[in-house]
Amino acid sequence: MSVSASTSAATYNSSSNGPPLRDRLAKLVPIFVLVPSIAASFLYVFVFTGWTLYISLSNSTLLPTYGFEGLENYASLWANRRWGIAYTNLFVFSAFYVVCAMAIGLMLALLIDQKIRAESFWRTIFLYPLAVSFIVTGTVWSWLYNPTNGFEFLIRNLGWTDFTFALTTDRKYAIYAIVITGIWQSSGFAMALFLAGLRSVDGDIVKAAQIDGASTFRTYRKVILPSITPIFLAVAVVLLQFSIKTFDLAVALTNSGPGISTTFPATYVYDLMFQRGQIGEGAAASMMILSALAVVLIPYSIYLVWHRRREAGHG
Amino acid sequence: MASLTIRNIRKNFGAVEVLKGIDLEARTGEFIALVGPSGCGKSTLLAMIAGLETITSGEIYIGDRLVNAVAPKDRDIAMVFQSYALYPTMTVRENMEFGMQSRGVPKDEQKSAIARVAALLQIEALLHRKPGQLSGGQRQRVAMGRALVRDPLLFLFDEPLSNLDAKLRVDMRTEIKKLHHRVGKTTVYVTHDQIEAMTLASRIAVMHQGEVQQFDEPQVIYDSPANMFVAGFMGSPSMNFIPGEIVSDNGRTAVQVKGVDGPTILPLTASHAARLNGSKQVIFGIRPEHVSRSGIGQKADIATIRAPVEVVEPTGAETMAVMRLGDQEITGRFDPDVAPVMGETITLGFDMSHACLFDPASRRLI
Ligand SMILES: Nc1ncnc2c1ncn2[C@@H]1O[C@H](COP(=O)(O)OP(=O)(O)O)[C@@H](O)[C@H]1O
Ligand SMILES: [Mg+2]
Repeated sequence: MSVSASTSAATYNSSSNGPPLRDRLAKLVPIFVLVPSIAASFLYVFVFTGWTLYISLSNSTLLPTYGFEGLENYASLWANRRWGIAYTNLFVFSAFYVVCAMAIGLMLALLIDQKIRAESFWRTIFLYPLAVSFIVTGTVWSWLYNPTNGFEFLIRNLGWTDFTFALTTDRKYAIYAIVITGIWQSSGFAMALFLAGLRSVDGDIVKAAQIDGASTFRTYRKVILPSITPIFLAVAVVLLQFSIKTFDLAVALTNSGPGISTTFPATYVYDLMFQRGQIGEGAAASMMILSALAVVLIPYSIYLVWHRRREAGHG
Repeated sequence: MASLTIRNIRKNFGAVEVLKGIDLEARTGEFIALVGPSGCGKSTLLAMIAGLETITSGEIYIGDRLVNAVAPKDRDIAMVFQSYALYPTMTVRENMEFGMQSRGVPKDEQKSAIARVAALLQIEALLHRKPGQLSGGQRQRVAMGRALVRDPLLFLFDEPLSNLDAKLRVDMRTEIKKLHHRVGKTTVYVTHDQIEAMTLASRIAVMHQGEVQQFDEPQVIYDSPANMFVAGFMGSPSMNFIPGEIVSDNGRTAVQVKGVDGPTILPLTASHAARLNGSKQVIFGIRPEHVSRSGIGQKADIATIRAPVEVVEPTGAETMAVMRLGDQEITGRFDPDVAPVMGETITLGFDMSHACLFDPASRRLI
């Protein structure tokens, strides 16, 4: 009875009254397509974050256990000298890496914006490092930094026989080797975004500035660059979150050495969890990285929403 | 004295010749409109006057100075762009100050210039706002204000009203006319809207395919278009074109066209006949407002012809009717009181003193 009623209702629907079956299917398709990825995102982001949070509050060591220990793991993490080195490194690295990559990227973008010849050639050259994985970059640069076959070797062969360049073997300066390599890798990326921004500026505005008698420098400083501030922010946020997650570069380039001098939060997490069997403390360190990312990304998301509202408001 | 002289200007983009030898001049205080369909090279010509586009060949003088090699900022011009091109991160006041600051105008002079222009354009209340917080019409005013704070030799406008809605466009058109009357600066105004050109300009240059088709006063262009392109482009609805043959009718020269009951004779005026110069085939051109119901408002030189009415389009103030003439459609403009109805066959009167004759081969006015 109910079966026949529903079939007849379906035929009735698809023939005249209400949306036909095809339309209803068309409405359902996006849901079918989106549900798995939303479910997966939910699982990986929220469930595993929750799990990690729980483990960080537990007394887990080699394997997850669920004896509740409160903030014990956090306390021991912050008491650890190596964690102190890790987050100091993170601050140093982030500051130099973000500022220098942006400065160099902006400079390259401004140069390329001057209607140079073979523009796409230069663009490709500068963007190339980004296509190389951090592991490869780290390995190649570790050879370059290596005194016996890198820069030092090259310069000495050129005649300056007492030249020394041994960043990676010096506890104090090894972090700057990573900074330089990171900048090399990411400047092109910053350049590409800045160049896209410069190119998106309305050509008429630049012409108006020309008629208004502004020099090229003044046009950039007063008209073009101010109108791409959202891009500066976007580049800074992307680079900052790259730097917070720095792992492979440090592993490939110095493997946290010499000693523990180039430990990063992410390499330390790996060490705690998979080398020393302190899953609880490792999870606590992971949560600290997550909070650092949140400190960067949440305000940025709020800014984006606010910005979009404001744009929409003024049409 | 001429404020702007353009001699044989050509422009190539690669192999494409966009401007093919333009000659124009604007007398001091004159309002010149460049009008033509999209892509005919109006903006390119204006950009060359402004110095934003290089000159392939030819000469441009502003005042008495050859400016071919002079940078835009040194040409003593001000320009209003179609997109307004306001600096988005600056307030209205800063937008207007920017040019004066770049030129090192003293602070108190900047202040008084802004106060004067803001009052003129009634934008005092907007001075602290950013372009993003303004409506289209307000942005348009600010764009004009930015041009007006300087006292240039030449104002250049590139379709300044085409981003506004229809009502506002008409209002701003009037404002621009008033403004020009008050300021009295030589102006070159680009538009694709023939009504804007007619209402604003003291002289109009009609452009098509990179050439000036005709450069003259609005009424001359309307009454005696140099060729069929100008005749068809200026005026809405367009002029009707009817192919015909010159015949002699009882000793009077006439044009014979296809009518609903076979060939119809339209007697020409003496002045038209005198200009014929032996042409046999012609294109007979008549504007819709010179097509009326026969017998209404009797005038001399009315030629009558019968035509069935196919479509009637009332607009309120007047009624357009599309009628069939042989294999041709013609449009007439009627007083709503005497407008024909659909399906009716009426006797039309053509006002022959306002007709135009064109040569079918060269398409020029005879
Ligand atoms: N920078 C350019 N490169 C190549 N062709 C162009 C360029 N600018 C304009 N053109 C071409 O020149 C012609 C005239 O353009 P334009 O002056 O903008 O026309 P209008 O303003 O009359 O609509 C168009 O066919 C356009 O495609
Ligand atoms: Mg244009």
